[in-house]
Amino acid sequence: MTVDALAKGIVAGDRRALARGLSLVEAGAADGAALLDAVRSRLGRARRIGVTGPPGAGKSSLVNALVREARAAGVEVAVLAVDPSSPFSGGALLGDRVRMSEHALDRGVFIRSQASRLAMGGLAATSHDMTDLLDAAGFDLVVVETVGVGQSELEIVRQADVTAIVLAPSMGDMVQAMKAGLVEAGDVVVVNKGDLPGAASCRDEIVAAFGMTAESGGAARADDVLLVSAATGDGVKELLARLRSIPDVVVAERRIAADARRVDAAVVRALADLRLKPAAASLAATLTPAVRRGDVSLEEAVRTIVAAAVGPDREARRP
Amino acid sequence: MTRKIRVLVAKPGLDGHDRGAKVVAAALRDAGMEVVYTGLHQTPEMVVAAALQEDVDAIGLSVHSGAHLTLFRKVLALMKEKGLDDVLLTGGGIIPEKDRATLAAEGVGRLFGPGTPLKELADYIAAETAVRRPR
Ligand SMILES: Nc1nc2c(ncn2[C@@H]2O[C@H](COP(=O)(O)OP(=O)(O)OP(=O)(O)O)[C@@H](O)[C@H]2O)c(=O)[nH]1
Ligand SMILES: [Mg+2]
Repeated sequence: MTVDALAKGIVAGDRRALARGLSLVEAGAADGAALLDAVRSRLGRARRIGVTGPPGAGKSSLVNALVREARAAGVEVAVLAVDPSSPFSGGALLGDRVRMSEHALDRGVFIRSQASRLAMGGLAATSHDMTDLLDAAGFDLVVVETVGVGQSELEIVRQADVTAIVLAPSMGDMVQAMKAGLVEAGDVVVVNKGDLPGAASCRDEIVAAFGMTAESGGAARADDVLLVSAATGDGVKELLARLRSIPDVVVAERRIAADARRVDAAVVRALADLRLKPAAASLAATLTPAVRRGDVSLEEAVRTIVAAAVGPDREARRP
Repeated sequence: MTRKIRVLVAKPGLDGHDRGAKVVAAALRDAGMEVVYTGLHQTPEMVVAAALQEDVDAIGLSVHSGAHLTLFRKVLALMKEKGLDDVLLTGGGIIPEKDRATLAAEGVGRLFGPGTPLKELADYIAAETAVRRPR
């Protein structure tokens, strides 16, 4: 199938075309880039919700519950669920779908699993592009579940329109999340498993720990800590409403920042690729021992290699 | 290689545990594949819908219920209906040789008995997908 036909199919709601297109984009091949270009004019309709938090906090269960609420409201949802790749084999066991089986036959729901391929920050390198394609396919909401992460360097916060940090009510989790700055990273902190004893006091503790009490003038932040149970569905409706109520102006601002970062990252990647040009690579190989011997300074070597890397490409000049 | 082999592992049917399916899923991961695991009690419709969305190269079913003829046939029919013609359908369980031959004649791939070294299954999937969906 040509890229053009694939793009048309995706926009027209052909799920098989979408699935194939996602694989092209994930592979990072030229076809994938062409496909994204072909649908670029359709981007920006979907709200992108990020769901992140430590392993086992209940992210997938919560996504499942959020999808249920969204469907009850007649909203079509795509889910991108990222799980870690094995550093040993490069393979991955993608298990987030297990919690989302109830939506398997709903045409208004599309779920795609993705392996992180060892990228840092909780997402794969191509996750952003994948959410673009899901957006182009016409879903109202695109929910992205990250790898279970305990750190605050969260790529999802930079990509999504709005992000929920999900915690389970365990002291260990909570202390860790606070130390790592995780609780401040998103728009909403969700204390999940609200059906378990201790969940409410866990929520209170997070609120208190940040001085988010009414007296300290932090009432707005206190409202951002929600007690939810993915298992019983309690609080899920409120959470979805909250996530969807982020004002358009805020979303617009975030998207501008996200686009700028994306272009910047692409430039950095392109520059890094330049060093692999044969002329630069072979210069690097010859200069390395000279630098080690002290015959050439590191700075001078770098200047020479960079000049070769950005210099005219003989291959490219061939007619 | 940027596109890895993707396999969906499912445990269709009503019977209880999925230990076997999980072991298979882990073995395929250790062979470098990206394995989408869907869990227990999957109907053929659910399996094929997930396979379509996940754009997998192969579907592996773990069937121990004795309903293998019905299940594999149903999944294969749905795969045809949805246009998943280049996707391999394979799997394992306690399946008599005669039924394996019948299913193979109908278009199902090799089926592996209990105790088959899992590397054999991984090698088979890798070899089959290289032909069916070259990358
Ligand atoms: N009691 C209770 N258990 C829950 C709730 N939500 C999730 N769980 C359980 O918590 C465990 C982990 O749930 P998942 O949804 O897989 O958690 P996750 O954060 O997606 O896990 P990873 O993707 O592996 O990081 C499962 O055993 C769930 O059944 C809840 O609201 N209440
Ligand atoms: Mg999960």
